[in-house]
Amino acid sequence: MTAVTAFTVDGEPLPFVPGQTLAAALVASGRVAWRTTRGGQRPRGIFCGIGVCYDCLVTVDGTGGQRACLVQARAGMAVTTGEGDDE
Amino acid sequence: MSESADLVVVGAGPAGMAAAATALDGGLRVVLIDSGAAPGGQFWRHPPLSAREAVPTADLHHGLSTYRALCATLSAHEGTGRLTLLLNHHVWTTAREEDGFAVHAMDRGRAPEERAVVLRAPALLVATGAYDRQLPFPGWDLPGVLTAGGLQSLLKGGGVVAGSRVVLGGTGPFLLPVAAALAARGAKVVAVCEAAAPSAWLRHPAALLRNPAKWAEGARYAGTLARHRVPVRTRTAIVGAEGEGRVAVVRTAALDAAGRPLPGTERRIEADTVGVGWGFVPQLDLLLPLGCDLADAGDGTMAAAVDDGQRTTVPGLYTAGETCGVGGAALAVSEGRVAAVSVLTDLSAPARPGTRRPAAERRAVARHRAFARAMAQAHPLPPAWPAWLTDDTPVCRCEEVTAGAVRAARADDAAADHRQVKQLTRAGMGWCQGRMCGPAVHCLVSARDQPYAPTERLIATPVTLGALADSGEPTTDPS
Repeated sequence: MTAVTAFTVDGEPLPFVPGQTLAAALVASGRVAWRTTRGGQRPRGIFCGIGVCYDCLVTVDGTGGQRACLVQARAGMAVTTGEGDDE
Repeated sequence: MSESADLVVVGAGPAGMAAAATALDGGLRVVLIDSGAAPGGQFWRHPPLSAREAVPTADLHHGLSTYRALCATLSAHEGTGRLTLLLNHHVWTTAREEDGFAVHAMDRGRAPEERAVVLRAPALLVATGAYDRQLPFPGWDLPGVLTAGGLQSLLKGGGVVAGSRVVLGGTGPFLLPVAAALAARGAKVVAVCEAAAPSAWLRHPAALLRNPAKWAEGARYAGTLARHRVPVRTRTAIVGAEGEGRVAVVRTAALDAAGRPLPGTERRIEADTVGVGWGFVPQLDLLLPLGCDLADAGDGTMAAAVDDGQRTTVPGLYTAGETCGVGGAALAVSEGRVAAVSVLTDLSAPARPGTRRPAAERRAVARHRAFARAMAQAHPLPPAWPAWLTDDTPVCRCEEVTAGAVRAARADDAAADHRQVKQLTRAGMGWCQGRMCGPAVHCLVSARDQPYAPTERLIATPVTLGALADSGEPTTDPS
């Protein structure tokens, strides 16, 4: 499997295989958490993998509340992570 | 966009694909709509068609010949113009109208953009499947702990193995294919912890003997696990996960007959990934607001009540597959076909050869349902599972409500069900709307023999007001 293209995560390029979701590409790069809860600042990332749990929320091209496990990665997408994605 | 058809099928998993194929063969115009990027649902989850070579997953699947046949049928009907297949479309609500149903969806093919779509048809078939049932344990919100289905979806949908040393736990036959798939793709599966006793299946010999295909499937997984030296520990549960920023150690324990961890049996296992699943919860989000009756599925959950033609108690509304009680893909395919024959009959579509032989499918449904009931009885939730909770274990992951807070709501405020706990503690009030914590909160406060019925959610997936405003949807249908 060779990566042929990339999107950015907090400004850093992340390669992905076309057809993968944002979450699949993040997990393939070794990341399983990418935000914190607003209450206890607990790390959250991939959990249910099928759009039900909302743990994997990211901001995509400025729009928050996107489930990384459902969004198909596209070249040039700007993904931002961190706090505030669950507000 | 607004589109009308004879039948809208929501969910392109095994049930929805089979239903759509049969209805199309019977001459109907069908819209088949799914949130995924490819037909198949969770069981036959695939990368988009364009990525099949880059992300090969065929070796991870079971029953692919049926999938390919259904894909070929659907593809042929796309050619005739009678099938509209809408992928990456999220249905957020459904409504009854004078002449049938309106299905409101968002096209998220170019997320985060979204575009409102409304579909109308006299008949609606909901085949939205199920999702993993979770029971919390200390550390279950650590990164690296996933649902068993989540591990499988990463593998089947993206060709990604989530970790290198994996412990699986929970109950039910689904843990075995997940373990086999992970092992086949190079992960070290350190243990599969099955809470049920190994003898549990033997209490239902008739249901097992009538389903030899299930034996063969089980034997195949057992062979894979033996080849990769994956130990399956029965009457054992994952009772804790520890780590800084990611799971590093999993604690397991042997269970007594009630499911209580036996003192002195705890093991600490090094692992970077955990997959947990306690069976599944039927996905009823679109059915509940339409007012259809529910029935006890026999596994601790409520499912849609249907007649022997997959008709719900709402005229024109049909459902098939896991929404009628979790039973697997073969059952879902049979139920989908039966449902489509009912739609053809009820809409008085002219009979075509080969589409009106429901008797054999109905017998298959009965056989698979008997097997599903036997599985549910063999893989119950251990009644004493709350014994492994600590007061500070988070139960609601979204709102970070602890087991202690839920127990206090029951003890101090006499909360009697998960809805009252939600009002008192905010458990189930966050992003997931109780889909993850609902069954567990239910167990913590309700009588043991009471099956879990999810809260009615008028909006099944969050939508932006902007997309709704741009939809141009008139308040009444001009046609």
